[in-house]
Amino acid sequence: MKSGEPTSSCLLALNEIIAFDELKTDYKNPIDQCNTLNPLVLPEYLIHAFFCVMFLCAAEWLTLGLNMPLLAYHIWRYMSRPVMSGPGLYDPTTIMNADILAYCQKEGWCKLAFYLLSFFYYLYGMIYVLVSS
Amino acid sequence: MAQPARPAAAYRSQNGAGQQPYSNGPVQNQLMHPSDGQGYSPSVPGAYSHQMPAKVPPHQSSGQYNYSGSQIASQLNNYQGPGQILNRPPVAPLSGSPVQQTGSVPQVLPPALQNSAAVSSAGGFPPGASPPVLSNWQYSQTPVSHPAGSQTSHLAHVAGTASAQPPPSSLSGNTNPPGSYQYAASPGGPPLQNSYMKPGSAPPPVTQPLPPLHPPSRPPLGPPPVGGPPLIRPSALTAAPPSNSASQSLLNSSANRDGDATSTASDGSVVQNSYDAIEGGGLMATTHPSPAPPNLKMGRSVGYSYPNLPPGYQNTSPPGAPGMQTPALQYPDGSKPFHQPPLGPNHLTASMGGLSLQQEGLRPVNLLQERNILPTTLLQAPVPNLHEDIQKLNCNPELFRCTLTNIPQTQALLNKAKLPLGLLLHPFKDLSQLPVVTSSTIVRCRSCRTYINPFVSFLDQRRWKCNLCYRVNDVPEEFMYNPVTRAYGEPHKRPEVQNATIEFMAPSEYMLRPPQPPVYLFVFDVSHNAIETGYLNTVCKTLLDNLDLLPGNTRTKIGFITFDSTIHFYSLQEGLSQPQMLIVSDIEDVFIPMPENLLVNLNENRELIQDLLKTLPQMFTKSLETQSALGPALQAAFKLMSPTGGRISVFQTQLPSVGMGALKSREEPNQRATAKDIHLTPSTDFYKKLALDCSGQQVAVDLFLLSGQYSDLASLGCISRYSAGSVYYYQSYHHKHNPVQVEKLQKELKRYLTRKIGFEAVMRIRCTKGLSIHTFHGNFFVRSTDLLSLPNVNPDAGYAVQMSVEESLTDMQVVSFQSALLYTSSKGERRIRVHTMCLPVVTTLSDVYLGADVQAITGLLANMAVDRSVSASLSDARDALVNAVIDSLSAYRSSVLSIQQPGLMAPHSLRLFPLYVLALLKQKAFQTGTNARLDERIFTMCQVKNQPLVYLMLMTHPNLYRVDNLTDEGALNINDRTIPQPPILQLSVEKLSRDGAYLMDAGSVMFLWIGKNCGQNFISQVLGVPNYGSVPQNMTHLPELETAESIRTIAFISWLREQRPFFPILYIIKDDSPLKSSFLQNMIEDRTESALSYYEFLLHIQQQVNK
Repeated sequence: MKSGEPTSSCLLALNEIIAFDELKTDYKNPIDQCNTLNPLVLPEYLIHAFFCVMFLCAAEWLTLGLNMPLLAYHIWRYMSRPVMSGPGLYDPTTIMNADILAYCQKEGWCKLAFYLLSFFYYLYGMIYVLVSS
Repeated sequence: MAQPARPAAAYRSQNGAGQQPYSNGPVQNQLMHPSDGQGYSPSVPGAYSHQMPAKVPPHQSSGQYNYSGSQIASQLNNYQGPGQILNRPPVAPLSGSPVQQTGSVPQVLPPALQNSAAVSSAGGFPPGASPPVLSNWQYSQTPVSHPAGSQTSHLAHVAGTASAQPPPSSLSGNTNPPGSYQYAASPGGPPLQNSYMKPGSAPPPVTQPLPPLHPPSRPPLGPPPVGGPPLIRPSALTAAPPSNSASQSLLNSSANRDGDATSTASDGSVVQNSYDAIEGGGLMATTHPSPAPPNLKMGRSVGYSYPNLPPGYQNTSPPGAPGMQTPALQYPDGSKPFHQPPLGPNHLTASMGGLSLQQEGLRPVNLLQERNILPTTLLQAPVPNLHEDIQKLNCNPELFRCTLTNIPQTQALLNKAKLPLGLLLHPFKDLSQLPVVTSSTIVRCRSCRTYINPFVSFLDQRRWKCNLCYRVNDVPEEFMYNPVTRAYGEPHKRPEVQNATIEFMAPSEYMLRPPQPPVYLFVFDVSHNAIETGYLNTVCKTLLDNLDLLPGNTRTKIGFITFDSTIHFYSLQEGLSQPQMLIVSDIEDVFIPMPENLLVNLNENRELIQDLLKTLPQMFTKSLETQSALGPALQAAFKLMSPTGGRISVFQTQLPSVGMGALKSREEPNQRATAKDIHLTPSTDFYKKLALDCSGQQVAVDLFLLSGQYSDLASLGCISRYSAGSVYYYQSYHHKHNPVQVEKLQKELKRYLTRKIGFEAVMRIRCTKGLSIHTFHGNFFVRSTDLLSLPNVNPDAGYAVQMSVEESLTDMQVVSFQSALLYTSSKGERRIRVHTMCLPVVTTLSDVYLGADVQAITGLLANMAVDRSVSASLSDARDALVNAVIDSLSAYRSSVLSIQQPGLMAPHSLRLFPLYVLALLKQKAFQTGTNARLDERIFTMCQVKNQPLVYLMLMTHPNLYRVDNLTDEGALNINDRTIPQPPILQLSVEKLSRDGAYLMDAGSVMFLWIGKNCGQNFISQVLGVPNYGSVPQNMTHLPELETAESIRTIAFISWLREQRPFFPILYIIKDDSPLKSSFLQNMIEDRTESALSYYEFLLHIQQQVNK
């Protein structure tokens, strides 16, 4: 059950990476791309936050500690988003800036790596608990 | 209604004549298009989304070629090097006389051709019976206000139609009104003429000193403009019309003569194959895919088909250069030189007499010691260190300019130099000369879709190598024929390969829907506040006066919306006796009250439109409505326009207060001083989102803000910024209290209404593999990494692009940049304007500094600083500007200077860098202090982003002239007018003398400062008043007096004004004028309350550099 979050988050992060790559290689219009990406940002953050809360309830301090930096980052990221009326992070007018695009791509890869690692860590944790009990 | 017919006819006829001065663009004149409607070919049906030129599949199949039966091979031995007179495409044939029709070949060609033909070695033409020349070719180099296709018609090469030719050519000749050279004297005019005609070797007939003549960024190529036209025209006259029965027959006969050399195939593809079979093997062996192929070999293997040494080269290059290499190895064809290793730019410097330039450029300047570094004439753009033949073909720096004319080879080198790499573009500038090409295939690289340009290399006659991606492409059959020389087999002499700026008529592959009609929608604020300012009167009157000059054709549509707290539509249905007003008060959910008749055809409903414009200013005089529903009005306008696309012009006078997009005042007057908390970011994304929607539907929104109080331009401006519109701001506009603003609005509105316009445009910027685009600056929406979506494009918009070196440019001698602007002209033609620039690559830091273009760097830095102030803060942006100077100078000091000298050393090319950056810091956009109102500051930022570099530089660092002692010494002569050229003075009060009168030219304003003890002569002879005391307080016009002084002064001021599209207002100020502070504010080198003087700034920098 623990592995649910990383799996979904993995998929979301992967989706992001693919999307930014599409942008870079000119396959898609940034407006469309932002429109598809923006609704996914909050769910991803919320799922992550929800799992953090669950870890807190289960008193999994180590796991929680590992996730706190990302949670903080998410909060910061959402606070400093551009002026937007809808939910989301990505602004079609600035996303094509090489710096921002590169940043978003890098962010996507890092998160993907983090989610993958935590997926295996949670899986290990779950099996360990199952076996030991 | 009894007299509709007559006025309409009158207008139509006026339309034709009156339009010429403004319809700059060969495009525009219906008259001249015998085969008009080519643009309307129905195209891909289906949903119209976005047009991406690059994605359009190439149609280069030979099936498109339109072969005629006869074979034409040019056996003329008149090969010349690039850049020679004879290669020049014909200038618009000015004479209507069909003299040319009877000429034999030698007569048709300009004299120079004969000479060089004689000089050139009679290289055998590659065998290849050549099929025919396409009939649908059009080529013309026309003055801009001339219609395009006129000079040569589509019929041009159909065999036996020579006799049919005179009408079109004479038509074009006759319809050239003298006035159509309106732009010839403008900054764009002369340089372009030069760069196109480039009879570079011809001595300028006028011996006046050149420099003062040139506007700031003019390229130092070619003879002075005065010399240009007369030199060229005669040859153009004779050479122009490509359809010439005599030459045709000669060509035919030469073809026949040639025919026996090869198989006389009548099918193009067969010939091509056979040609490949003949040439292919040998060529393949010598073709190197590497970026710098040993073209020497190439020259040997292929060169037999070309004369080895283009005579033009011999003629035009200065002594010394040819001597460096054996002639036989040189330039097998026009575009090769830069691929030949020995001709690398560095070598060239040594050989080309650039020697002195290099020394001069490398000489470090001690800024602390040399105070008088400002040149007294306008600063020129540096000339890229390329071979002369290539440089002659290079793009005019006014259109396309790079911050570093020597491109660093690696990103590391670029980082080391601490200078920004980027391009500054003015792609849609009004040009007085623009070659226009109509051809069924536009030759482009197959992999990167680059348009063929002067900097490609021809491996042989049938293949060319792209200079951006280095792919080898086939030369299409059609391209083998050169319409200029009427010779076959000279693809390297086609106009596309001879002009760095060229316009193509786009075939239907470049359309996603039929070209849209010009649609103009005007949205007026008619709230109480707006009526108070009285702007509606001015605008309606100006619009009424210029209704006939709106660029367009019979399809032009126009509509009006007014709004206060409700939205008013105007039905202009045919048959109504007067316009019918429809009020929509539901501003939460805006709808269009009737589907038709809100946007109507201008020509068919002219009376109603005029009626409306006459009554509109009076309709709301009693209005007490103070609310403004701008957001809903814009939504309504968008809904109205979205089926067609077009231009929305919004006039707004206050903060929008109701409905969607309502804003709150954010300006706090007391906090203006602190640079921290000012609101440069939009407070809502409503306008941005609406702009993006507009952009998707090819609608651009231009905002005219006429406001006394704060109107949150930061938020409102988004509507124009992302829809590629423009912003105009008239602070405290009032018809009575502020007559100067009224005049400014009138003049600028006139320009706005009548200037050229391109619809549903996209611009793509390509660059050589290894370079990549980092950021774009300007008004547009970036649709992909290299594509800008421009619903409208206007000739007064500039763009900037930051570049980065992604892969190192090893083995490359040169890199190229190409911008392609695809747009629909107001005549409904799809056109592509292509600019290509070629620059050398260097490996050492000192070369990078040598080629730095300080104006372009300043312009790009200003753009970056605007971004920084919005994303971070104003003080960050200011720090970044100062750091840019410190970093580059300290990098120069530590890496280039071998001997550490005391003082602040700067490379010669960057000697003005600290001055310009200081000027930026003191500019309204970036200054600290309380005197800049927020809207004003943001407007200046909009200008920084949207102005072409020339005007941006004037705005930043005005030119100061002393005008009370103007003489004719060194004066310019343009059209029998003598224009004095006083030297430019430094912007410091110490340069002002109480005995003088000084003119400060700050781009959009001019100040004429009269010293207290100014000579009585000047005051009475120029100002027309008896003494200093009686100079009126708000004088903005100089009286036209009959005195020599007055004529000189007025000639000088109007010459300055003519060079720019907007109208700078002249303020005449005395010591006690309220405007004196604005004048003194522009004294960049002096200390102000909150900013350093130039010398203090230098000391500050020195301190940082030497740390």
